[in-house]
Amino acid sequence: MAGASEPQASAFSAAELEFLAEDEMIEIVPNLRMDPLNFISGDFGPFRPQIATQVPLWLAVALKKRGKCTIRAPEWMSVDKLAQVLEAERDSEKFQHLPFHYVEIARLLFDYAREDIPDIYMVRSLIEDIKDVRFHKIGTGLEIISRERTYALRLKNLSAMEANIVRPFVTRALETFYKLSSSEMIQESDHIPNRQPQATNRGPRRQLKDR
Amino acid sequence: MDSGAGESSAADEYESLMSTTDAELLKSAWRNEKAAPEILKFDADLVQRSRQQIQLMEEMVDEFNKNGVDPLTVSLYQMDLDRTMFLLRSYLRTRLQKIEKYVFHVEKTVELWNRLSKQEQKFARRCAGDLKHHLEQSALSKLPDQYQSHLRQSAASEDDDMIPEPQLDIYVVCRSKRYLGAFQLDDGGEEPVNIEADDLYALPYKSIKPLVESGQIDLV
Repeated sequence: MAGASEPQASAFSAAELEFLAEDEMIEIVPNLRMDPLNFISGDFGPFRPQIATQVPLWLAVALKKRGKCTIRAPEWMSVDKLAQVLEAERDSEKFQHLPFHYVEIARLLFDYAREDIPDIYMVRSLIEDIKDVRFHKIGTGLEIISRERTYALRLKNLSAMEANIVRPFVTRALETFYKLSSSEMIQESDHIPNRQPQATNRGPRRQLKDR
Repeated sequence: MDSGAGESSAADEYESLMSTTDAELLKSAWRNEKAAPEILKFDADLVQRSRQQIQLMEEMVDEFNKNGVDPLTVSLYQMDLDRTMFLLRSYLRTRLQKIEKYVFHVEKTVELWNRLSKQEQKFARRCAGDLKHHLEQSALSKLPDQYQSHLRQSAASEDDDMIPEPQLDIYVVCRSKRYLGAFQLDDGGEEPVNIEADDLYALPYKSIKPLVESGQIDLV
């Protein structure tokens, strides 16, 4: 039944996405001496003052909160890089490549490591702009699927948060197309008089769009 | 399956499988379970190993506390432990929710039944019993004879038509770690979809099910 929506329409909550993003690696510069940490999730350290090391974001934030390290903003978070991405994002219909969890990573760093990010205000507004442009594109992208029949969709370079947001609309829309074109539906419609005859096959598969 | 990946990648696959940590595996099991409409195979070995690691870590943290290890270090270990426990609990809980939701379907479908762990089977059996009892007590016993089954609309039904089942033709968002090549979506003889590494796709769950089961594709 088309109306029976599954709860997994929104499979992950924002908190769960943040949880996943916290496993992304980031560089920190510790200011304390600490032995290597042998975690279930992996081995990190040793930690020596002024010697940079890679740790998962959650660990970086935990150390940062206690004033035990500075976090090095990832390369993609520089003003130059972001300005480039924004420009490309505006010029092209395609989505530019950004880390899968860029929204969550940026958010965590803004919340807990503001003083470690050079030109934070600029970076912040660039990321906001990029987010806006991308969401706008998602909106127009959805219009495209609603105009053309689509049976498989490539969501190139879409980030975790973006994918999670469009999931309910996209999956439901695709399901409806799928159902409308399925043979069962066609047989059923044969019994109902005065209905437009439906196409017997699903028509050409939509070129997967680089959305 | 019809993944055009070819034989050459078998070694790579083995390689990547060996270098994947249990924490990583647990995370992808959790994600898949959360995003898939039906219950997936219980990963008994992985759960067993994760349990052992958690237990080991708990003992270690206790040890640290006793030996006066730097509280910062202890709290970091505790955080790592909490994260792993969250994943494991959420994984198990997601499964229980699915079992509860489709309990009669799971109970009568051998294939699904075999995907459950022993404890889950016990849970499912009790859950089905309770639900049946509840339905009978609150409504079914007051209906005319031919409408008393909790599985059928009426005695005239040809098969069990009152059992909620997961919808397998829904779309899911998925991502492959590797290039899978041309993938045939269904037997409709339509153009195959090229699945590239690390890209997101919205595809019908039904058609990528084998890829999810073999771990070639992750639901996100």
